[in-house]
Amino acid sequence: MVQKIQDTIDEESRPFWDGLKKNELMIQQCDDCAKHIFYPRSICPHCFSDNISWKQSNGRGAIYSYTTIHQAFGPFKDDVPFVAALVDLDEGVRMLTRIVGEREQIAINKRVKVTFHQLKDDLVLPYFELE
Amino acid sequence: MNSERVAAIVGVAESGLGKASGKNVLQLQAQAAKAALDDAGLTKDDVDALFTAGNWAWAPTLMLAEYLGINPKYTDSTNIGGSSFEAHVGHAAAGIKAGLFNVALITYGSTNRTNPINVSYSNPLTGQYERPFGLPGTVGSYALAAQRHMYEYGTTSEQLAEIAVATRKWASLNEKAYKREPIEISDVLNSRLIAEPLHLLDCCLVTDGGGAVIVASKEVASNLKKSPVWILGHGESQSHHTISNMPDLTVTSARESGAAAFEMAGVTHDEIDVAEIYDSFTITVLLTLESLGFCKPGEGGAFVSGQRTAPGGAFPMNTNGGGLSYCHPGMYGIFLLIEGVRQLRNECGERQVKDAEIALVHGTGGVLSSTSTVILGRD
Ligand SMILES: [Zn+2]
Repeated sequence: MVQKIQDTIDEESRPFWDGLKKNELMIQQCDDCAKHIFYPRSICPHCFSDNISWKQSNGRGAIYSYTTIHQAFGPFKDDVPFVAALVDLDEGVRMLTRIVGEREQIAINKRVKVTFHQLKDDLVLPYFELE
Repeated sequence: MNSERVAAIVGVAESGLGKASGKNVLQLQAQAAKAALDDAGLTKDDVDALFTAGNWAWAPTLMLAEYLGINPKYTDSTNIGGSSFEAHVGHAAAGIKAGLFNVALITYGSTNRTNPINVSYSNPLTGQYERPFGLPGTVGSYALAAQRHMYEYGTTSEQLAEIAVATRKWASLNEKAYKREPIEISDVLNSRLIAEPLHLLDCCLVTDGGGAVIVASKEVASNLKKSPVWILGHGESQSHHTISNMPDLTVTSARESGAAAFEMAGVTHDEIDVAEIYDSFTITVLLTLESLGFCKPGEGGAFVSGQRTAPGGAFPMNTNGGGLSYCHPGMYGIFLLIEGVRQLRNECGERQVKDAEIALVHGTGGVLSSTSTVILGRD
């Protein structure tokens, strides 16, 4: 699985994955309507402009929803229990992630900040922890 | 009801269900197609349009038509997950209205239990931003929705369990159902957690199974052995593909597909006698009831409480035992249609809803991604 992520990286997604290796959470912003965009695209899903710029997120946001996973599959089988979540970044985009730290403290709307999780030598994932 | 009568469902059938012991997906679809054509009083040579959805071939309608020995002049392999077959019914009615064909065969087959297609952990295209986090895609996404609904509205696990318990009661009346022994709310709450707050008994079965539905023009339908079940209304919508792009995890696109189907059918909510609503998970049903407008946002928990959807309840729903207890081979939508038609034909024996004249059938696909609503009525 982990190897396969590298296989999928292409021109469109490389700035995101490369940014993570430098501990930077890279998202996009539309130069025309100014809305932020995630996941990376070559066209703005809001106004269809193709003037898109990369920018670094401040890595802060709030939990929109979360779930503690007790049964997972494939390469994630032994990670259970873990918390998967949707986080709304302050820039106005939402991403799927994991929340690490004390599980009992996790709740919807709580503030979180990004933490970079080195999964492999050349693969870093953006997890979040309570602020 | 005031919609124009253009097309009807004239034949329905399942293949073998549960554990199909060595049968492949083509066998299951052939078995269901033959039985559905028999049910209609038609032959394979009457079929001039073929619809299927599946990931068992790169071009499923090509493979299936050859296997069945038919040469359709119209095909549609739209795949929007579990709601595909409600979409196929709508597309078939539209094709018939346009004069493109007269008899459509819609089939589905899956060996999800005994010979599942290997799940790939690759990360194609937009999947690369979600898969690496290990969320078990389907149940994990629905769990996120359940948690958010609980947060916004105080919905409880007991209320979700009401749906599983009521559905099992219907299954106990259906000899084809995979799970028939009665369960209590406490059984659901005490079953192991899969993805919080969803327990094992909040989740659909994993079975084999196939089904077929025959849609025919008014002219063909009016001269068959069984009375036609008219397609009164249809609506289709989608809101996202990846769960992180679902705008509001408590509202599904049933809001749009349901409104379109009701409008086309010219019926109101209180005219629906029986509802067949996709139950991949208990939360799927609760969100759908709200989004379809059977109750207000946040009132789904109260709506299903007190076993209102069980046999004898005010809102008969998922009368075959649903994906939770009857069968769920992966893309369950075709079985909702089969049961809706049988209810309107008064063929359901012990589980028959008395005097059912109008049925609502609603499919949900993906991770609450796509919906398709069909409203059916008898003469
Ligand atoms: Zn824009």
